[in-house]
Amino acid sequence: MIRTLSVAAALVSTVVLAGCNAAPEAEAPAATEAAASAIAITAPWSRETSEGQKAGGAFMMIANTGSAADRLIGGASPVAVRVEIHTMVMDGDVMRMRELEDGLEVPAGSEVLLKPGSFHVMLMDLKEPLKAGKKVPLTLTFEGAGPVEVALEVQSAGAMGHGMGGGHAGHE
Amino acid sequence: MAWAAGTRAMSDPFPEAEPEPSPERTAEGLKTLRLMLWLLVALVVGAGAIVMLAPDRTPPAGNGAYPDTIGGPFALTAPDGTRVTDETLKGKPFAIFFGFTRCPDVCPTTLSRMAQWRGQMGADGDKFQIVFVSVDPDTDSPADIGRYVDLFGTPILGLTGTNEEIDAAVRAYRAFYQKVPTAAGDYTIDHTASVYLMDADGRLQGIISYDETNTNALAKLKRLVG
Repeated sequence: MIRTLSVAAALVSTVVLAGCNAAPEAEAPAATEAAASAIAITAPWSRETSEGQKAGGAFMMIANTGSAADRLIGGASPVAVRVEIHTMVMDGDVMRMRELEDGLEVPAGSEVLLKPGSFHVMLMDLKEPLKAGKKVPLTLTFEGAGPVEVALEVQSAGAMGHGMGGGHAGHE
Repeated sequence: MAWAAGTRAMSDPFPEAEPEPSPERTAEGLKTLRLMLWLLVALVVGAGAIVMLAPDRTPPAGNGAYPDTIGGPFALTAPDGTRVTDETLKGKPFAIFFGFTRCPDVCPTTLSRMAQWRGQMGADGDKFQIVFVSVDPDTDSPADIGRYVDLFGTPILGLTGTNEEIDAAVRAYRAFYQKVPTAAGDYTIDHTASVYLMDADGRLQGIISYDETNTNALAKLKRLVG
């Protein structure tokens, strides 16, 4: 009985110690570097915009294979004055778009999909239209992983997903 | 009091009002009741027939689910500067949607879905107009809207107006929009994401909601032009 208790106590103290270790690590520079490799972005894409259209959405899959949660907190692109992180919610038949001022959390070991109708990156005050077929550079900033560079593949204005074929814009 | 009671006793066909009705009186009362019920049935059927046969009162395509109060007078400006009103749109059914060009999601998705449905309708696809109203005149000029709707590869009439004109149009459609300030000192706009289907007389015939399936939306559009 006593032996069981002491084993349990040892286990508890290990967990507590691990917890104590984890906290400072998340803020230490070394941890940032370690976490950098944990964020992987696949299939980044955007929608074509017209001249005079001041904003465009960007979508992608963000995977965090690391052991600590990370957070997308901002970004920059040469084609936009500002990069914001937004979500969209339907409130009855009303669409409400909101900036995620605290960023978007990407939990450890999970993936977050940015897609139409949900989370997305907004390229605000576009300096030039996004042309279908072109690639647009975008640097995303993560709290832990730091800057991650991607190239957005510009699809048609009505595309619903990365690499979607034809038929969505009705050009034919 | 006595007069009132007497009157009631004479005219009241329902004998249960009397404390102890005789069997004869009850039978007579039931007969009267039956006659009155038949009369009522005749009235209801007659009224129903009048409602159904009167052309003005027939709801378009039998859809009584939507109030007549959606739709009405508005006056807005097209990309080429032409004034477009509810009167000038008459003669052809139209599908009208409110949004803004900085809307990265619902607006392009909806406009491209509409283009897609129109494509699937073949020749019937030309029998209705697609109308996009920007509720953001501070950012979207009529020319901006013209270039924006051109992205979708199908004829779409892009409209906007002064804030007052937009408010009037949005009110006419019982729609909603609201500017929401953002942290960067900018703004975004919450707005109704439904498409209103209006017949050739400018009366509401149906609504395509944001989450409508392609099958349902296509059926509604076919009915609009049918």
